Formats: sequence, C-alpha cells, structure tokens
Amino acid sequence: MKTNEDRAEAWRVELRNAIKAKDRTNIERVHMPELDAEYRSHNRVEEVNLGITAEQAMEEAKRCLDCANPSCMLGCPVGIDIPSFIKNIERGDFQEAAKVLKETSALPAVCGRVCPQEKQCEGVCIHLKMKKDAVAIGHLERFAADYERISGNISVPAVAPANNIKIAGVGSGPAGLAFAGDMAKLGYEVVIFEALHEIGGVLKYGIPEFRLPNDIVDVEIQNLQAMGVHFVTNCVVGKTISISDLEQDGFKGIFVASGAGLPRFMNIKGENLVGVMSSNEYLTRVNLMDAANPNSDTPVFQGKKVAVIGGGNTAMDSVRTARRLGAERAILVYRRSEEEMPARLEEVKHAKEEGIEFLTLHNPIEYIGNEQGRVTHMVLQVMELGEPDASGRRSPVEIPGKLETIEVDEVIVSVGVSPNPLIPQSVKGLEVTKWGTVVVDNDTMQSAVPIIFAGGDIVRGGATVILAMGDGRRAAKAMDEWIKKSR
Amino acid sequence: MNKIVSKEYFSANVIKFEVEAPLIAKSRKAGHFVMVKIGAKGERIPLTIADADLQKGTITLVVQKMGVSSSKLCALEEGDFITDMVGPLGKATHIENFGTVICACGGVGTAPMMPIVAALKAAGNRVITVLAARNKDLIILEDQIRQYSDEVIVMTDDGSYGTKGLVTNGIEAVINREKVDLCVTIGPAIMMKFVSILTKKYELPTLASLNTIMVDGTGMCGACRVSVGGKTKFVCVDGPEFDAHQVDFDEMLMRLGGYRDIEREENEHYQATLKN
Ligand SMILES: Cc1cc2nc3c(=O)[nH]c(=O)nc-3n(C[C@H](O)[C@H](O)[C@H](O)COP(=O)(O)OP(=O)(O)OC[C@H]3O[C@@H](n4cnc5c(N)ncnc54)[C@H](O)[C@@H]3O)c2cc1C
Ligand code: FES
Repeated sequence: MKTNEDRAEAWRVELRNAIKAKDRTNIERVHMPELDAEYRSHNRVEEVNLGITAEQAMEEAKRCLDCANPSCMLGCPVGIDIPSFIKNIERGDFQEAAKVLKETSALPAVCGRVCPQEKQCEGVCIHLKMKKDAVAIGHLERFAADYERISGNISVPAVAPANNIKIAGVGSGPAGLAFAGDMAKLGYEVVIFEALHEIGGVLKYGIPEFRLPNDIVDVEIQNLQAMGVHFVTNCVVGKTISISDLEQDGFKGIFVASGAGLPRFMNIKGENLVGVMSSNEYLTRVNLMDAANPNSDTPVFQGKKVAVIGGGNTAMDSVRTARRLGAERAILVYRRSEEEMPARLEEVKHAKEEGIEFLTLHNPIEYIGNEQGRVTHMVLQVMELGEPDASGRRSPVEIPGKLETIEVDEVIVSVGVSPNPLIPQSVKGLEVTKWGTVVVDNDTMQSAVPIIFAGGDIVRGGATVILAMGDGRRAAKAMDEWIKKSR
Repeated sequence: MNKIVSKEYFSANVIKFEVEAPLIAKSRKAGHFVMVKIGAKGERIPLTIADADLQKGTITLVVQKMGVSSSKLCALEEGDFITDMVGPLGKATHIENFGTVICACGGVGTAPMMPIVAALKAAGNRVITVLAARNKDLIILEDQIRQYSDEVIVMTDDGSYGTKGLVTNGIEAVINREKVDLCVTIGPAIMMKFVSILTKKYELPTLASLNTIMVDGTGMCGACRVSVGGKTKFVCVDGPEFDAHQVDFDEMLMRLGGYRDIEREENEHYQATLKN
C-alpha cells in the first residue's frame, strides 16, 4: 500500500524522528478561529470558521504521530492517506498535501468543512486512547485544500486522450461531481444532467453559506468544466428526457446520483398550516433562491419564534439560518437527548453559541393556527429515554399525559428525507428497496439494469457528502471497466 | 435559456408566448407544466403548457400578469430569453373516451384547459366547455376552444358577454339538460371549490387542476402540498389534477394566502425599481 512506501521516504523518517512522540502528544489541539457568535447570529452569509493559518497548520501537523498502522485511515469512509497529507503539511509542502488529498477525495475543501470527523477519522485517532484531543484532521484537510485554491495553482488533473465514448450522470451533487471528474480523467465525454437551475445538489440548495460558501463548490465545478465535463441544467431525467432517450442518444453508461430529495413530514394535526414547512423548502428558499436578499423575488417567512423539528445537520442548518434571519427564539426540538443527535458536533457547539435553544426529549404532536390558518402554537409531548433500539440509540418513550404548549410563528420540519422517486419509478427492471433506495452491487455500484450505475443518497438514503463522493468514484472505476469489457 | 419566438396579447394582462424548448415540446402531454424563472434572482413559478409545436420545437405559455414574476415575464419581448425553464412536470391528464365531459374554466384557467379540451375531443368525447370570467375582456382563447369543443357556454359575472352568471350556473344548466360523465375544472381555487360543491351534489365525477404555491416543482420541498382524501399530496408530482371531491379547498385557499403580505412587499419593491 502506498502509505507505507511514503512513510519510508527519507524526509518522512527524518521528520518523524525529529520530535519525540510524547512531545507531539503534549501539543494542544489547534483552535479554529471563528466569527464572533453574537455577530454571526445576525449575519446570513459569512462563514463561521475562518480557517487556520499556515503556522497553526504546521504546528497541528506535528501532533500527528505518523502511526505505522494509522487507524484514522480506517475511520475514513474513502481511506484518504491521512498521515501522508499531514506530514506534508508539517514539512511545509502544502501543495503536495493537497495533491495527496486529491488522490482519494474529489472534494477536499468541501469534506474538510462538512464531514462528521468526530465519528470518522478523528473518532479513532490514537490520541484519544491517550486521553488527548484527536489531531484536527478536518481542519488540516480544509487548510490544505484552501491553500491550493487560494494560491491559484489548482492543478487541473490531466485528462486522457478523448475516447469518444459518451456517458451520462443524473444529478450534480457530490456523487455526480466526483463521478464526472474521474470519468473525464479517463477520457470519456461526460454530460451531467441536473434538474435544478444550479449545479451542486445539496451543497448548493441545502448546506448554507455560513458553513460551506458557494464559491468553494463553484471552483470545483469550474475545474470539472475545464476538464471538459458538460453540465445541462434544468433537465429532469425521467421527465425532460428519459433513460431510454439517453441510451438512444448513444450514452454508453448512466450514473444515477439523484439524491434523497423527498422531504418527510410527520403527518400530525396542523402540519399543513401556513408557516409550517419542510427544511428542504426553507433552505431551498434561502440558499438556492436567495430569498432573504431584498433583490430576490422569492419570499420567505422570517419568523420571530421559530421551532425546528429534528436533530440532524439539516435541522441544525435550518435553526441557525432562522436565527440569522431574525428569530428571537430559535428552538431545536428533538425527541431524543442531545447525545443521540446525528448532527456534527461542531454544528451543535456553534448553534449553542449562537443562542439556539435546545428542547430535547420533546416531540410535536399538533400545531395550532389562527383564523388565517397561520401557525401560532405547537403542542409537544415530553419524552424520556428508554431501552436502546435497533440502531443502538436509546429510544425515546412518551411520558403519558405530559404535554407542553409553546408559542411559535414558524415551524420547520426536518425529520429526514427519502430517495427521489422519479428515476426508480421511471426505469423498468431497476431493483428498489422498500425505502425507495436503488439496489446496486456494493463494489461496482452497478444496478440490476447493467447500463445504470447509482450512488450517493439515492442508494443510501440520507447519508453524507464523503460517502456520496466515494460512491461516485467507485462507480466511475467500475463503469470504465464494464464499458471496456463489453466493447 | 429559452428564446421567446412570439408574443401575442389576448388582453392587456393576458399574454401568449411561444418559447423554444424542443425537448419539452417532444415529451409534454396535456396537463403538464413547466417551472419558469426570470433573471438571476427570479422566483421559480409554475406555468401550464398550453400547447406545443413539434416541428418548430416550441411550447406555448399563456400568462396573466399578477405578481412580480408574471409581470417580469410579461415584460419580455420576442427574441428575449427566459432565464430558466424546466419541464414537463406533473402527471399528464388521464385521457380516455368518458362520454360527455364538461370542461369548466375560469379566467386564465382557460389556457391550461386548452390542451385538455383538445385531447378529450381527440379521444372521442363530447366536450362542452364552460368559459367564465368577470367580464367580456377577460374571456380568452375562445376561438381555439371552440375549435375543439362540441359546445361552448360563455358566462360573465356582469353579463357583458354570453350569459350573465357564474361558472356554476353554466355547469348546472348542462347537468339539468343531459347526462354528463365527467367534469374537469381549472381556475381560481375559490371557483374550483364551488364547482366541486355543485358537482358533488349531482354526484358528477370531477377533476380539479390545482395551482398551489411551488418552489422547485420536482417534489423536493413540499411547498405545494394539499390534503386529498385526508392524505397530504404534493401537487407538483402527485398532481396537478386530483379528484375535486376529495380536495380540501379551504386548506388550499388558506395556504395560497400564506405569502400574500410578503408578495405585496415584493411587488411594491419591483414597481419601485421600475420607476427608478
Ligand atoms: C441541509 C443539509 C445539510 C447537510 N449537512 C451535511 C454535512 O454537514 N456533512 C455531510 O457529510 N453531509 C451532509 N448532508 C448530507 C449530504 O449533503 C448528502 O448526503 C449528499 O449531498 C448526497 O449527495 P448526492 O450526490 O447523492 O445527492 P444530492 O446532493 O442530493 O444531489 C442530487 C442532485 O440530483 C438532482 N436530481 C434529482 N433527480 C434528478 C433527475 N431526475 N434528473 C436530474 N437531476 C436530478 C437534484 O436536483 C440534486 O441536485 C446534508 C444534507 C442536507 C440536506
Ligand atoms: S413544489 Fe416543491 S415539492 Fe412541489
């Protein structure tokens, strides 16, 4: 494996031996500089995390012990060569660090910002065994990727000579983008079809600017365009054109990465009142349509007492957005306890600093409205934790008769998403689970219809950016092999 | 970007556009709609596809000037481009030979009704179209509708054209006169509500094409949700047509009013920018 080769290189051995392991572990973990919490809770677009400096990055990189069997790599869903990129930072070769990241990750600047590191690489860092803070792998990843981007020396990957084979991607989220990049490198003619008017999927319409600036996604998209990837926006595959149209047009492989865009509701009384909406609607209005900008034509409610239902990243993004749009009370209502929240740890911390109220172990059972049908109150069932459920999380149980009613003027329902049903419904022979996800081979991402590969949230249900990206890359590799074999 | 190849005024506020969209022209069916956005900061609004020309690769949209977005669209001229357009969306109308069908449309609902009238006629139905509006000036597409209808009944609130009365009076006259198998209605929500109440009384199966607020139009947000038979449905993917007798029109009316205040502000803002 490549790690070990790199690890044996002279510069790296020397670097490793320069500082004692004990001294490395004694260095304090870097603190990510952030915008002031009060300021940012009224500022819609500025990114909260400001990024670490080169000095901070090199100091933090020293903390990494360059383990012979790095557990962090096992914690990474795509197996990034973490010690190699960190040691390159330590020796001051940031460009090389970025290169190492890009060997595995198509979107390091994105993943460095949005990956749940505490559950992945940082969650198994050797430092934790010694009761120390994990190496700030996410911050370092972000640093290296940002350094490369800001330096203006972004390497546009070399593209193999055109093989004149057309392949299509459906959806331009992280899965579609990663797939496009790899196929372009292999010389394919890549066309990505996107239903919306913007490229980027959830990275654009879901995750807010204050966490992932659009510019960062746009640079990746421009890179792909420079590599010859062609994007067709405003095109719904299954509606504007069908999968069989694509086959007839000579596309030799189709990668479906249409995401999990269907919002779930709870089907409780009053959920259709005015002012109650899905987080998809809320975030789409604010992020994709820029509704809070006075120059935008799209309206958005800017509630003063906003409740967001859920405990994931989407809920956290919604409640923090509501706060930024002027909510005096921005309340996160979650039926389990904080410990079970699936959101990234950093988002929970940031949300609290911004004055978000956490109402855990509460579950809405009804919304009440006024004569105009606008929501004014919500009735909450108070819960307590019972036995662990199938997912290992302690399941919440109702405390009989214990109800609370609170005043709200806007409610954002963020209790999960389902796979977008359009493609699964429109393609004959595709195998679909009862959750609506597309069934594929775990290694090749090929579906029951050979020409169709799939990955990302359409296969996994609501998952993560890094998994979607990894799926895109695996699908590209497998599709390339499949096309070559069947020619 | 989709080019406007022709623009025609039906009245001062009702305008017909033919727009280049070869893929949509090819795949659209009666009942489908498109989402349209004008300008970088424009809103996405749904518009029913009134017609399509496969040879020219165009679709026809009929737009009534109402809020900011429809006004922006109506300000475009032949040769201008629509910034973003996506479709065809929604489920197509289920067309078969039902027998006798009343197509009841109010105001600008006539435009989305046109392709349905044509398709029903082509399937062998006897089509009676009731065209209703406040006054004569607001009756649109009459000639085109006549071409595909066995009979056209015009109703105006003020009696300035056709018979004085509401759309429901026109429908009721037909029901009392002959056996009708189906009613299709498109128009303002309040009108469809009363059509539904009437036809329910006569147990006449009725389809209503709903025009809720939409954001994406692809099933992603739920802004368009309505209650049909006690279940929540998304108009953009499950509709736009539903069994009218199952639709909770009161809830729909309430939800349509949801953004009225903000929309008024947006419109004032837009009008102010026009003056500057
Ligand atoms: C608000 C929010 C916050 C999140 N935060 C995080 C986070 O912090 N960390 C993390 O790892 N993950 C996060 N996630 C999850 C992560 O964004 C997703 O797992 C990931 O984006 C999935 O990628 P994808 O490529 O499968 O799909 P998507 O990003 O959903 O992209 C799918 C694209 O396909 C398009 N499409 C759908 N159907 C069609 C069609 N028929 N034809 C053409 N185009 C179509 C859609 O319009 C969309 O643009 C978050 C999700 C949300 C909603
Ligand atoms: S308009 Fe968004 S789901 Fe229908």
